[in-house]
Amino acid sequence: MEIAFYIAGTVALVATLMVITRHNPVHALLYLNVSLLAHAMLFYLLGASFAALLEIIIYAGAIMVLFIFVVMLLNLGKETAEQERKWLKPKVWMGPTALAAILFAEFLALVLSSGQGAYSPAVVGPRELALSLYHEYLLGVELAAMLLMAAVVGAAHIGRHKKLVLHRFLQEEKEKEEEKHEEAVL
Amino acid sequence: MKTTVSIEVVVLLAGLLFALGIVGVIIRKNIIFMLLSVEIMLNASGLAFVAAGSRWGQPDGQVMFVFILAMAAAEVSIGLALILQIYHQHKSLDIDNLREMNG
Repeated sequence: MEIAFYIAGTVALVATLMVITRHNPVHALLYLNVSLLAHAMLFYLLGASFAALLEIIIYAGAIMVLFIFVVMLLNLGKETAEQERKWLKPKVWMGPTALAAILFAEFLALVLSSGQGAYSPAVVGPRELALSLYHEYLLGVELAAMLLMAAVVGAAHIGRHKKLVLHRFLQEEKEKEEEKHEEAVL
Repeated sequence: MKTTVSIEVVVLLAGLLFALGIVGVIIRKNIIFMLLSVEIMLNASGLAFVAAGSRWGQPDGQVMFVFILAMAAAEVSIGLALILQIYHQHKSLDIDNLREMNG
């Protein structure tokens, strides 16, 4: 079954490459979804079936839906794609890609010099995972619960539409600015 | 069904995906794509954790993956709320427009 592993790895790599090069946000999101499904396949082949399940349900199911909602809310479409096409020139991506490639080459050399060799992944099922999660890592679970609570409250607070309240002097200034802006647009 | 994989290959795959995420964060100017690239990097680190956990047959790798998942969910909800606010205030997702974000 090694061939399945290599196929899933290649799919993940290609899909990720497509994510960072697409111009249209929706296309990038769909490619990221494919990449996440490939990750789930990799997890399954590594014997982590529960992690594969979580990857599909939470990442590909829930988090991607959040992204798609935001893309829909912001109505990102053809104009964004045009703008991205203008931004993404070889001059822009050559330097960072070269630097990241150098870092990856160092990582490659380090990993290849370790000499660990092949192994057969042992299946670690949900039972062992749950026992470990609720015994040794109980404090981490509680902290994660607090983090999620803080994230929900924070998102609700940040996402709220506040009415802009200005001092009356600033308000006059703002009206003038808006008039100027309208004239400029006309 | 028995799979034999080499730990180097898995860790190299995770490193390659992480490098792609770094490149995505650096070369993109649209803030949504930057958030997507951060997700790629989180996934790559999760893959490395799961690989390490499976190498020694311990559940700790998957436990760390669960924590990464919770952290990613929190990060995405906050990040997307911030993106919505930025879009309402600047009418654009270009990070260069946020240069004057002082005070």
